[in-house]
Amino acid sequence: MTASAKPPAIELRGIDKRFGPVHANRDVSLSVPAGTIHGIVGENGAGKSTLMSILYGYYHADAGEAWVDGKRRDIRTTADAIAAGIGMVHQHFMLVDTFTVLENVVLGVEGGALLKGGMARARTELGRLEREYKLDVDIDAVVGDLAVGLRQRVEILKALYRGANVLILDEPTGVLTPTEADHLFRILAALKREGKTAILITHKLREVMAITDNVTVMRRGAVVATVRTAETDASRLAELMVGRKVLLRVERTPARPGRVVLEIDGLRVTDALGIERVHGVSLDVRAGEIVGIAGVAGNGQTELIEAIAGIRPIAAGRIALNGETLAAPEVSLTPRERRERGLAHIPEDRQRMGLVVPFAAHDSAILGQQANPAYNRYLLLDRRAIIDSCAEKMQRYDVRPDNPRLISANFSGGNQQKIVLAREIETDPDLLLVGQPTRGVDIGAIEFIHRRLIALRDAGKAILLVSVELDEILGLADRVLVMNEGRVVGALDAAEATEHKLGLLMAGVTKAA
Amino acid sequence: MGPPSSNDAPRWVDLALLPAVNLLAAFVVAGLVILVLGENPLAALGSLVYGSLGYAEAIGFTLYYATNFVFTGLAVAVAFHAGLFNIGGEGQAYLGGLGAGLVCLALGSWPPAIVLPLGVIAAAAFGAAWAFVPGYLQAKRGSHIVITTIMFNFIAAALMTYLLVNVFIKPGQQSPESREFEPATWMPFVHEVAGAFGVALAKSPLNLSVVLALLASVALWVFLWRTRWGYALRVVGFNETAAIYGGIAPARVVIAAMALSGALAGLVGVNEIMGVQHRLILNFTGGYGFVGIAVALMGRNHPVGIALAALLFGALYQGGTELSFDMPRLTKEVVVVIQGLVILFCGAFEGLFRPRLLALFARNAQAPAAAAAG
Repeated sequence: MTASAKPPAIELRGIDKRFGPVHANRDVSLSVPAGTIHGIVGENGAGKSTLMSILYGYYHADAGEAWVDGKRRDIRTTADAIAAGIGMVHQHFMLVDTFTVLENVVLGVEGGALLKGGMARARTELGRLEREYKLDVDIDAVVGDLAVGLRQRVEILKALYRGANVLILDEPTGVLTPTEADHLFRILAALKREGKTAILITHKLREVMAITDNVTVMRRGAVVATVRTAETDASRLAELMVGRKVLLRVERTPARPGRVVLEIDGLRVTDALGIERVHGVSLDVRAGEIVGIAGVAGNGQTELIEAIAGIRPIAAGRIALNGETLAAPEVSLTPRERRERGLAHIPEDRQRMGLVVPFAAHDSAILGQQANPAYNRYLLLDRRAIIDSCAEKMQRYDVRPDNPRLISANFSGGNQQKIVLAREIETDPDLLLVGQPTRGVDIGAIEFIHRRLIALRDAGKAILLVSVELDEILGLADRVLVMNEGRVVGALDAAEATEHKLGLLMAGVTKAA
Repeated sequence: MGPPSSNDAPRWVDLALLPAVNLLAAFVVAGLVILVLGENPLAALGSLVYGSLGYAEAIGFTLYYATNFVFTGLAVAVAFHAGLFNIGGEGQAYLGGLGAGLVCLALGSWPPAIVLPLGVIAAAAFGAAWAFVPGYLQAKRGSHIVITTIMFNFIAAALMTYLLVNVFIKPGQQSPESREFEPATWMPFVHEVAGAFGVALAKSPLNLSVVLALLASVALWVFLWRTRWGYALRVVGFNETAAIYGGIAPARVVIAAMALSGALAGLVGVNEIMGVQHRLILNFTGGYGFVGIAVALMGRNHPVGIALAALLFGALYQGGTELSFDMPRLTKEVVVVIQGLVILFCGAFEGLFRPRLLALFARNAQAPAAAAAG
């Protein structure tokens, strides 16, 4: 921290915010020195995003003050925040796909009714920014054609063009390959050298350790600690976040694989537009093992899992469960028939697929099981049985709050995932398909979910796991397959899989050491 | 990111106060219209209320209209729960009447115990068939249900005109209507049934279809919220992706929901054709199908809410007729304007006052913004 004479780039004093009964921020004070990278970590619902939304003018705090560069600022709208030199890179990009990079950047700051003059000025300025921070973005490219990592850099460019001195990044690496993430960190380092300040909201402790100068840990809406990154470590941070000791990696014994449960041969899957997403994948999963599929999101994993579950039709190849064909060119069992034959599926997007968000928890907890005789009495659903069964599962899977009548949407990500997990595991499946089991789930729940998956494996079930989190793959899988552009480009045993090897394979470098 | 949700106001605000405020707003604007026309709005309101609920005969008429609105409101609601906007209730009701009429014309000599149930079944079946086609096209071909159902309204109207002018018309007659059915096929009037039990009720078109409407309401509630098929229907309506994941075939649900919706709308034919007209005529649906949309919207797509909203609209229909009788300056057209205003405020502008009302009653009122950051 060099510029000790300069006032903090951002100082928040006593920020308090309630949403009805939820106390999202409790008297939060935070000081971010100028020219540093500051991490804010915390579990889901800890209040990180609310705090940053207040700073960026989306919400208005009930109490508290914001000071920018030593001056008190009243930030009521995002325009106020931008005027104060604050920029934000959202988790979900706010870009117009059909516009070029240049057009996206000037959107909202065109500088006059006629585009021509403003565009020319913007072009010069963008060229300068792009070179200065080594963003490697072609400003005439159409955004829709750009890879995710590049789109994120367009967002950064947008913020810088609007004069941002402080950049807020919300979970920036969630969608990036390890290589893209490294590039992002180099850009942040360059920004820091120029005296700019970055605030990084994340739940990935490894990144916090790698790049930040200081870290603020939040729990239940309050700041529990602000520490220098150099003086702490990941497990200490995890403990602060959760409030108790957590195992970042669940203990497990070696797998004892049995008979082949899932057999896939030459599988090809095309999407609704007729583009082939899975190009001839063959794999098998045995009883009592977890096979992990690593890969950057969007390389065919989703399509593969959905084809196995029966949600997507297949174009060629064969899928068999316990020796019985589920799908082949002339055969296709419905999702329900596949479930009846011992398949369970924890989908990667619980909001869109795993739950019916406006339903009460007990109704979400029978999705896919609605015809199960245990939940029906003659023509009617047996409400008593449904609610009791849900309450009992909530107890055993530690779902909080354990109220089956609460609307599914009102549970936190981790608890929603536990509802799905309980429903699927309790069908006693032979094969469990799992997609991104801990996306958007807090650390305490991650540990719980990992334990359950290992326990299921030890009970002799076959598990096919897709995850973009390398930590998760390395922590759970007994065998790792890497998918890139719809193909399996590598297969490694757990013992020989390392982050480095997987990273290279994921990036499409096939000759991994 | 959006504004913070403030759905923590008490439920009665959303369910009872909001419709009441909407209704009040409609009456205020209607009052202004009446004032401009030189009549006393309060006297007009008095006449409207007396004309719809003030005496036994009026109540009978109000309930008779409400019966139609229950059927069409339920029809809109069941489609809505499956994520479909069925605006073809008018045509489905028209065809339902045709089904009932065919049974009555063909089987007039059969005993009522057989003909009446058959007529009801035929009305439902014809309505269901008329909605099945748009449902099928939506599910299998992606033709938008709003477009197809409204086109089917026109087809239904043309078909009925053709049939009445060319097929069912009485020989030697000018007006396009069928012969009168045999009395055995008439849905008994409530005042007749009551009279048989020694209870004297005023004469009105109210017939036993009102009982059918109540049964349909209860049955639909049980179906939607207490059976696995209703569960599947609601899952499809909320989230089709989750439905597919859960082993539900959305195409089948869409077709079934439309058929059910059409069947409910078709029951208007029982009330009108078997209950009141006792012959097939033109345009007996009188816009009930469209008003059903407002009824369902105001009733929150719930059978209880729909029954209450149907009563309101029934009262408006009946009271409106009395009103133009009492105050000749308020012509039939002005009454239509008043009904339109109620539909506008309770239907199209249904959410107009919601944000403010919910904020007003939010349980934990937020601290004054003035005290906040900055």
